[in-house]
Amino acid sequence: MTADAGTYLYVVARDSGAPSPEGLSGVAGAPVRAITRSGLVAYVSTVPLAEFGEEPLQRSMEDLDWLDATARAHHHVVEAVAVAVPAVPVRLVTVYSGDEQVSGLLEERHDDFCQALDRITGRQEWGVKVYADPAEQAEPAAAQESGGAATGPGAAYLRKRQAGLRSREEAWRRASARAERVHDRLASVAVAGRRHRAQDPQLSGRKEWMILNGAYLVDEERRAEFVRTVDELRGEGGELELTGPWAPYSFAALDEGGEP
Amino acid sequence: MTYPEPRGAMLAEEGRLPAERVALVDLLDRLLAGGVVVSGDLVLSIADIDLVRISIHALITSIRDDE
Repeated sequence: MTADAGTYLYVVARDSGAPSPEGLSGVAGAPVRAITRSGLVAYVSTVPLAEFGEEPLQRSMEDLDWLDATARAHHHVVEAVAVAVPAVPVRLVTVYSGDEQVSGLLEERHDDFCQALDRITGRQEWGVKVYADPAEQAEPAAAQESGGAATGPGAAYLRKRQAGLRSREEAWRRASARAERVHDRLASVAVAGRRHRAQDPQLSGRKEWMILNGAYLVDEERRAEFVRTVDELRGEGGELELTGPWAPYSFAALDEGGEP
Repeated sequence: MTYPEPRGAMLAEEGRLPAERVALVDLLDRLLAGGVVVSGDLVLSIADIDLVRISIHALITSIRDDE
């Protein structure tokens, strides 16, 4: 491998029964290859460092089209493997200096990868987002009591504004409590639950508050129960959006006491 | 299989969304905050830089440009 190319790593699985990478293409349209070692297989492709080196990447990540294409290409490879066998996805844009380094990784972290694979085997990730309409959550702003003592337009304005802030705080407090309940309930049907940061309204394209952006790792046998629970919670109000099944992105971690 | 409320069940029956139909923002939640982070002989890893912030900035800018 020359110094102007790197090895992009997508996903790791057990070697036995893993699908062939043949015909699969990854980021920048490059063909996907498999590197096998110690009973594990890593799906990789070669990437030019002119595009995936640290400096060009800083710029590329600001380019929505590039980010979109790269994220989807990464996801495509992960999906192709994860639909067939238990698979541990790797974070977007993880680039090694060469195949030998990936091979070394499989050997050195063999036990950690096996543990991570055991954790997600027979399980899938589901996403549940909950939206709340601030207007519905809020009590109608306290009616302006007219004719109160010592009222000028300024005092009336301040009272009204304070009432507005209070009712917004109250609405937020209730929405948070609701999010907590929904999360706990879903997590009780799941092996693990995790809350992602709420999406910016400008990204979700919705004006409602996103009060929960949850990910849940669910046993295959409890899939119907999980879906039913989502529907029950939906009946209790607020809007719930279910996505999935996902490859276990949110629950892929190697034990090193670091990142989740 | 039937469930009292069909929406979620339908989604579950449909199986996985094709990659092009997945919302980018849902994908980025997972690709930038999830996935194994491996340390070692890396040329680079996305974990090194605060790319979540950068990408979100890119998304917002682009959405605003469309309007």
